[in-house]
Amino acid sequence: MTPDLAIDIGLAVLVLGVAAWTTVVRESFAAVVGFVTYGLLLALAWVRLHAVDVALTEAAIGGGVTGALLLAAAARLGPAEDRTPGDRPGAAPRLLAAVLCALVSAGLGAIVLLPPDPAPTLAPAAVASLPKTGLGNPVTAVLLAYRAWDTFLEKAVLVLALLGVWSLAPDALWGGRPGPAYRAQRDGALALLARVLPPAGIVMGVYMLWTGADEPGGAFPAGTILAAMWILVMRAGLADAPAVGRRSLRVALVAGAVVFLAVGLSGLATAGAFLAYPVRFAKPLIVLIEAPLTFSIAVTLGLLAAGPPERGLPR
Amino acid sequence: MSAATLFGLCGAGLVGLGLYGLVVSPAPLRKILSFNLLGGGVFLLFGVVARRGAAAGLGGDPVPQALTITGIVVAFSATALAVALALRLFDATRRPDERADEPSADGGS
Repeated sequence: MTPDLAIDIGLAVLVLGVAAWTTVVRESFAAVVGFVTYGLLLALAWVRLHAVDVALTEAAIGGGVTGALLLAAAARLGPAEDRTPGDRPGAAPRLLAAVLCALVSAGLGAIVLLPPDPAPTLAPAAVASLPKTGLGNPVTAVLLAYRAWDTFLEKAVLVLALLGVWSLAPDALWGGRPGPAYRAQRDGALALLARVLPPAGIVMGVYMLWTGADEPGGAFPAGTILAAMWILVMRAGLADAPAVGRRSLRVALVAGAVVFLAVGLSGLATAGAFLAYPVRFAKPLIVLIEAPLTFSIAVTLGLLAAGPPERGLPR
Repeated sequence: MSAATLFGLCGAGLVGLGLYGLVVSPAPLRKILSFNLLGGGVFLLFGVVARRGAAAGLGGDPVPQALTITGIVVAFSATALAVALALRLFDATRRPDERADEPSADGGS
């Protein structure tokens, strides 16, 4: 057995083990901690699959921002859920569910073991058109040039999800500040990290945005890292979450989508199609889209993690 | 066995585990967690498809990789919405005697 294979087997067993533990552990809080570990291990698996862009996104979202969101939820829901776990199905239905789920796994496993040969791939096509985009990273080219429409709609989905979260606020609190008020801590690990990490994190996020054109990175991991820094500062009580009714906040949320749409529409005149770029200006236009997109993603993810408005407008 | 096959089987196992948790856990938060485990497995299967499509000097097919990045971000936004719904449901349905011993959210988590 080669060392590489040994590492892969260990990683796969660890991922499955942590996932199983997350499923069966009694306490909700422990399950969330298990899930964060799962996200980080999964990011390592992505590196092993030569998908570093995905690994960065998975580590930042699966291990970072989702963890922050779920830990806050577990702190509020967990004790009640642990105390009254509800109607857990009996042994027979659980066994039936286990058998059926194992069948689903077995079916998927069979597909993995009996793959089509040769494997279908769009890699040559993606590389062939790369010079026209001026980019060096084919994943960024797919996200912002070949399949820009998907990315644009994804940004719209993020804003729609945020509207969904906000709409859960009671009428009286509409437009107020999201989440509970976190008291500022004078010392302790959280207060220290919330002061020390953001400067480095912001530089890293901006770097990742810039380098994403040619190397692994790009708008999504960059935006997520910026969002994580903001969440950290909010949770430590160093800065309060902004009232969701603020006009400047609304502008920040839609800036990415608006610039994206404007460049996309200008493509009708300059390149003959919606979301097409004239070849000579492809790279500057992509960077022009990515910068506000990153900012808007950061604001949206931060507010999604903060939750619906729970406090009224300051009078 | 190649790394792609190995992580493909791992992804298949994760889908089954997540599905099982989703079916048998009565608590909303645990259902959300299980659904994310399932999602991670589906994404990993995409990663295996991408790795198999390695060609033209790339380590993997960039199209499924980009789809996965989109998927991870959308899965997070759906999770945030689900968590908000679960918290609202909890606030709306809990009995008054449960309100007193609510853990304070102050001071972070």
